[in-house]
Formats: sequence, C-alpha cells, structure tokens
Amino acid sequence: MTDSYAELSPQTLHDLLHQMLLIRAFEESAEQLYLQGMIHGTMHLSIGQEGSAVGACAALRPTDYILSTHRGHGHCIAKGARVDQMMAEFFGKESGYCRGRGGSMHMADVDTGNLGANGIVAGGVPMAAGVGLSIQMQRQDRVALVFFGDGATNEGAFHESLNLAAIWNLPVVYFCENNQYAMSMAIGRASKVDRLSERAAAYGIPGVTVDGNDMLAVYRMTCEAVERARSGGGPTLIEALTYRWKGHSKSDKQRYRTKEEVKEWQDRDPIARLAQKMIEGAMLTEDALARLQAQVDEEIATAIEFAKASPEPDPTTILEGVYA
Amino acid sequence: MSRELTYAEAIREAIDLAMARDERVFLVGEDVGVYGGAFGVTDGLYQKYGAARVRDTPISEAGIAGVATGAALTGMRPIAEIQFMDFITLSMEQLVLQAAKLRFMLGGKVEVPFVLRTPAGAGTGAAAQHSESLENWFVHVPGLKVVMPSTPADAKGLLLAAIEDPNPVIFVEHKLLYRTKGVVPEGYYTTPLSRSEIKRTGRDVTIVATSLMVARAMEAATELAREGIEAEIVDPRTLKPLDAEPLVQSVCKTGRVLIVHEACKTGGFGGELAAILAESEAFDYLDAPIRRLAGLDIPVPYNRELERRMVPQVTDIVEAARRLTKEAR
Repeated sequence: MTDSYAELSPQTLHDLLHQMLLIRAFEESAEQLYLQGMIHGTMHLSIGQEGSAVGACAALRPTDYILSTHRGHGHCIAKGARVDQMMAEFFGKESGYCRGRGGSMHMADVDTGNLGANGIVAGGVPMAAGVGLSIQMQRQDRVALVFFGDGATNEGAFHESLNLAAIWNLPVVYFCENNQYAMSMAIGRASKVDRLSERAAAYGIPGVTVDGNDMLAVYRMTCEAVERARSGGGPTLIEALTYRWKGHSKSDKQRYRTKEEVKEWQDRDPIARLAQKMIEGAMLTEDALARLQAQVDEEIATAIEFAKASPEPDPTTILEGVYA
Repeated sequence: MSRELTYAEAIREAIDLAMARDERVFLVGEDVGVYGGAFGVTDGLYQKYGAARVRDTPISEAGIAGVATGAALTGMRPIAEIQFMDFITLSMEQLVLQAAKLRFMLGGKVEVPFVLRTPAGAGTGAAAQHSESLENWFVHVPGLKVVMPSTPADAKGLLLAAIEDPNPVIFVEHKLLYRTKGVVPEGYYTTPLSRSEIKRTGRDVTIVATSLMVARAMEAATELAREGIEAEIVDPRTLKPLDAEPLVQSVCKTGRVLIVHEACKTGGFGGELAAILAESEAFDYLDAPIRRLAGLDIPVPYNRELERRMVPQVTDIVEAARRLTKEAR
C-alpha cells in the first residue's frame, strides 16, 4: 500500500499556497534589501519557480532529504525552514542557519532534511547518489530528492550520478527545474535533445516532463517518483518546465531574452494559477487571499527585524568549523 | 611474538578490522571487489563482506567522490579508493568544493567522515599520467586531512585512526611501498593523526622525509653513520594538520635540516616545511640554510633511467646530507 499521491485537502492546499506566497515575498524582500545595500554578495532569485519548489517538497516527508541549487531559497522554505533564520543568514549573522558562514548559496537546514543549497552547478547531484546509497545501506524508509537546473544536465558529474543511481537502484529523485536558461545560454542551444527528460533513457530510468508552473501537477508527478524510490524501484528524472522572472543573479542585464518572453511566462504565474483554481473550487475567497498576503508580509517583516537585531559572528571564532 | 606484514597486507588488515567492527564502514571504488584492487590491497574482502560493502563502481571518479561525500554526510563511513592518485584530478570539485567545505559553510552543523585512499608515486614505469604525487594540492585545502604512511605498522594504525576521524582524510599510499615488509602489531590499534615521529635519532643533521623517502633516508643514514654523521629522521606521517613541534625541536638540536620528498620541488610540501621552520624558534639554531631534495620539475618520464633520476635516491640523500653538514653560515 502506498501513502503517495492523494488529493490534497483544502487545508493542505491553503498551506501550500501560503508557502508559495511566502517564497515570493521572501525573494522580493531579499531583492529590496540588496538594492538598499543591507545584504552583500549576490543572490539568485527563484521568483516564478514557486510551483516546482512547493509541488516537489509537498511530496516529501520531513525525514526525506533534499539537496538544492544556488537558486535554493524556495526549496529551503518549501522543505520547512524558518524565514527568520534564513534572513539572518542573508545578513551574515550568527543566528543564521549557517552561523553567517554560508550565505545565500549555501543555505541549509539539516533538521528539516535540507542538506543545502550549493554554489556549484550540479554540485549536489553526485552527493545525492551518496545520500541514496546511505539510505539503502542503512535500510531507511527515506528518499533523497536533488534539485538542479537545465544547465546542470550538461555537467559530467550529472552523467556519473544518474548512472550510479540507476545501476544501484538508489532511492533518489532527480528533479530538474528547466527554466529555459543556464545563465545566458538557452537550453535549445545547449542540448540537441528536445526534452531533457529524454536523457533518462541513457541510464535506463524513467523520465517525465511536467508543467513546473502547475504546482499540483508537479506534486502528483513527484509523488509517483518518490513512491517508486521508496518502494525500491530506483531513481526517476523529472523535468519541470518553468521560468525565472528575474535575471540569473543581480548583475544580469538579461540581454539574452526578450521582455515579451518574460511577460508570457508571468502570465503563467504558478501562484495565480493555484489561487484561481482554489477560488473556482470554492476553497478560497479573494478576501482570504488578501489576508494570506498580509500574513506573509508580516512574517517577512518580522524575519527582517530578527535579522537586523541579531549579532554578528564573534571574530575570535573565525577559525571554527573547519574540522570536526 | 612479532609478525611481519607487507604494507598492502597491513592496509587490508586495517580495512578488515574496521569493517568487522563498524557496519557503517564500506569500500567503494574501481575494481576493489572481485579484482581485489589494482594493487591487490583489497584482495579477499569482497569474498568476506559481499558486493554491497565492497562496492565496485564504473569509471566515475567524480561520482566516487560524490558518493563518499553524500554517504558520509548521512551517517556512513565510506572508504573510497581512487585507483591512481593521478585520477584524483577527476574528483577535485567534489573533494575541494564540497567535502572539504560543507562543515564550515553549514556553520559546523554537519560532518563528512570518509577516507579516500589512493596509490601515488613513480617507479613502476607507468609514466606521467599514472605516477603522480599530488599531496600538496590537498594540504592547501582547509577542511581536508592528508596522511602519508611510510611503514606497514604506520599504514595500519593511521588508516584505522583516519576511519575513526570525523573529517575527510586523503590517505596517500606509495605503490613502491606495497611489497615492503615490517613488524605490524596484531589486533585493532590506532596511530594518532597529526603526530610526527622520530624514526631515527641523531645529532648532526635532521632529515624530514615523507612516504617512500623515509625508507630511503633510513638507508642513507646507515651509510652516513659510517662517515661519522648521525642523521635524525623525522616522519610527519600526517601532512595536514601538521605536528610541527618534533621537527622544530629536532632542528634546534642539529642546526641543519634536509627535507626530502618525491613530489616535484616547486610547489611541493618541502616549501611549506621550510617556511614553517624558518618562522619557528629553530631559525636561531640554524647553522646552514634549510635544504630541500625533491623530484625534478618534470612529468614522470617513461624511460627507466630517466624515471630513476627524477626522484631522490639513497645516494642523492647521502650526498645532500653530507654536503649540508659541511655548509657554514
């Protein structure tokens, strides 16, 4: 018997919508804070990709693992992290998830099974095979889901990892968020294969493509893959078609795509689509939606206050954490 | 009752003992299973522990390093093997950017306990792409530990210590040491990491040597003794984190130091040691400049004589030490 895909209750849908709104609010405020000079470095915003982050994580248990990408704030929130500790990490504070040592690209929340965002494209992919092997050898009832982008599928490490997971039948879900571009390189120029999910055939594993901006479709597809992994059926490659509304990072002038294309994808906003569906199904009202938006704005504001008030790391601890 | 084992047998015994006592320990690498390892080190372990725990991989060095990292991150204690140290170049990203850095980047909230064993060194005629000594690359990466055993007893004890260590350890074996023999204590024991050892005491010159060069230095010392020169041989064993104190104290005593390693001189570990000594109290006791004897700055040649000339031999160590004892400031 499986506990995989089940129609989501109105309450669960409400919670998932809240999560998507929270991700968007978090990303938008992060951008604002950066422009105000309150956060340094850079950031890789996932605005527009909330459907794939939330849909995928909704199919996972708290004890399942995820590994994420440099564009990982959404995954982190969807897997259950607290926005105040995330914000504190952004501010480089001691109370951040990584004690201020990791920042945006290395955000991790081990307690919720999030083994971390990663600054290297496809960096988490070989490790995911190791996590899957670990689960298998310890006979644990867990799966590992690794997020990566379209760009990552051309790294050699991607090939090695999927092959290992396939031959060893590992409980790994390989989740590709194909947002159509690596940094500036369109996927059509980077791959001769139409659908990246076709690459699964090279490893003898199932591959599926799904509308990444349809949170429920992502959820359903991921449940299938998770169930397959959990029951010993091995890995799956999921390709979720989506789009990032913002540039790759803060320095991106977006010369490689048109404003028209961006608008086209914004019209397929995953949040608006879910809200619409819920309203049509009498599970949500416009008022309730407005209240939800106000709630997440409040949560983010509180998170920012927490981050601002948190202490900087003590410089005398600079050498800590290198060795266990 | 003392018994002798070869360096390879000692390593195998360590792996066997670790796997018997801790089910989290497993082997992963190319040809480690039925084949018994490219140099026969893991011979017999597959028959004893099975295919799950003595796990052959396809030719996927990035995958091997990634699997070791991910498994270590989530509760296992992998012993990964990279068949020739030269191929570690294909594992670099996972080792340097992931395994070495995860604990620090994640605020100390994770551990990555694995050992990556790899045969290094020249002298088998395998030429440039199968003869590397890249240990200093890893000394340069915060978060990794680097161990180079020189004797069978050290190999066993250091490997067991490395397996117990909660950090990623690069364990560099030398191909030419595999068949060398030495007394090896029975049973489970650990030789502490980051503890240098005086392999031979002497008062006239300090020779700091690693891996294969330790045995050559010992031979050289016997010859030097005939000329009345008593060499003190210090073996760091763990290059990172280094236990520098015994080296420093030895140089304070002798006033002259010769550093010997196989890896090519430029950018080699010898430069690091020389700087450490120069910055230490030993500086005030130096009667001659710090000297390094190391591999020539060339890829390893195929021709047997050229290959021999590239790496410090016993006679080279004797000459260098003798010259050093005659040098004056």
